[in-house]
Amino acid sequence: MDIDLILRVYPHFLKAAILTIELSVLTAILGLVCGSLGAAARLSRFQALHFLGAAYVSLFRGTPALIQLFLLYFGGPQIGIQLDAFEAGVIGLGVNIGAYMTETIRGAIISVHKGQTEAARTLGMSSWQAMRYVILPQAFRLMVRPLGVNINALIKGTALVAAISVVELTYTAQRYIGSTYKPFEMFLLAGALYMVIIYITGRGISWLDRKVRIQ
Amino acid sequence: MTHHRPFVDIRHAQKCYGELEVLKDISLQVEQKQIVAIIGPSGSGKSTLLRAINDLDPLTSGEVWLDGVQVNKLLPHTQYEKHINQIRQQIGMVFQHFNLFPHLTVRENITLAPKLLKGISDDEANVLAEQQLEHVGLIDRIDYHPSQLSGGQKQRVAIARALAMKPKLMLFDEATSALDPELVEEVNQVMKMLAEEAMTMIIVTHEMGFAESVCDRVLFMDGGVVVEEGAPEVIFRNPTQERTKNFLRKHLEGVK
Ligand SMILES: Nc1ncnc2c1ncn2[C@@H]1O[C@H](COP(=O)(O)OP(=O)(O)OP(=O)(O)O)[C@@H](O)[C@H]1O
Ligand SMILES: [Mg+2]
Repeated sequence: MDIDLILRVYPHFLKAAILTIELSVLTAILGLVCGSLGAAARLSRFQALHFLGAAYVSLFRGTPALIQLFLLYFGGPQIGIQLDAFEAGVIGLGVNIGAYMTETIRGAIISVHKGQTEAARTLGMSSWQAMRYVILPQAFRLMVRPLGVNINALIKGTALVAAISVVELTYTAQRYIGSTYKPFEMFLLAGALYMVIIYITGRGISWLDRKVRIQ
Repeated sequence: MTHHRPFVDIRHAQKCYGELEVLKDISLQVEQKQIVAIIGPSGSGKSTLLRAINDLDPLTSGEVWLDGVQVNKLLPHTQYEKHINQIRQQIGMVFQHFNLFPHLTVRENITLAPKLLKGISDDEANVLAEQQLEHVGLIDRIDYHPSQLSGGQKQRVAIARALAMKPKLMLFDEATSALDPELVEEVNQVMKMLAEEAMTMIIVTHEMGFAESVCDRVLFMDGGVVVEEGAPEVIFRNPTQERTKNFLRKHLEGVK
């Protein structure tokens, strides 16, 4: 193994890792927004919204994320959507992971015992008040871990945007392979950096999970 | 017009779950300060009837009136929601499994609804919580979480939470059925105290002794109908219907 090479190129990889982190953070935020809206739609008493939420979930979970990304980035201009690669990456991955998060958030909300809603409604609270003060605080505790699983998948999923040449970790590895012919070292380095990002995120999720449980 | 208006008036209540008719044309009137027990075998429709009173399980047909106002009025959704939230503030309900809010302290369990719905200040809410907990004998648990309480204590907090809304009517759905036998009495004591304070109550129960000692009237339900009703002495000592006799005999055997 060419340790010298690794030491030489790793600052470039670090820069790429920063981009992967940025991509992950923005994607996670967009995913959470889409997931919350999706869950709200899925749980809405309006038939049309309910259907819209269900369609969103099955569409985006039922097709490869890579196809969605290509459709947005390469197919977008054809219908007047001009995005640079980074923007397309964030939007494509964010909306995709949002479909998974929709199910996570909805699952947490409906697994709060229905007696809780009944007790709140019986006291005279509106359905919104019951949701806001009784159900969501309990659902939030239940969703931290499964959302962590979604975020883990999302971080690994950012590798896909290499395919539309965003200069993140995976793309950087490929580029250096082109000039060094050392795929083993380059992919090992990229993999190690992914692992660090995922490990730290995982610790953060565990910490948050413990915190919301104790209070 | 001096036509008498019952406090709680259930008229021709019918409830169907698909093909299954769970309540079959039940009418029931309860006067102010009356305490009515509903007994009957499992699946006879006791809970369904009780939960129709605050429209938690809406009737298929029939009417429910409380103090001259129709509870299950037909209204457009938003108007109905406003109406029913108003009505429900006046009807306390106690569940078999307590349904305390586990993420809130005992104090917050009690003050959440009054704060949201009556717009009282934090200070007023605290006074209210203290009063209600004093009432059920749990003032020393005010800052505990529900998970730190025994079943009997949880149920007393649930009663205090309902009472904090100053209801005109209290509904109990087997309030002691989920409790260990040694914890039943403390909850019964609280309910007796409410009886002495002249609260109007409708109590679904499996405890015949309690029903006999506290209630003014007993309804025996079976298969979605009220088979027999009357004073506790009559229902428990001299029931006229065969089904009532059978139920009470089986129940006595079960208790022994
Ligand atoms: N959501 C529902 N869907 C279908 N059937 C229901 C539903 N809720 C209740 N039932 C049925 O309605 C009937 C009456 O139920 P209910 O809970 O009122 O009985 P109960 O007298 O309270 O019995 P228990 O003593 O076991 O609490 C039962 O046959 C029950 O299976
Ligand atoms: Mg029942």
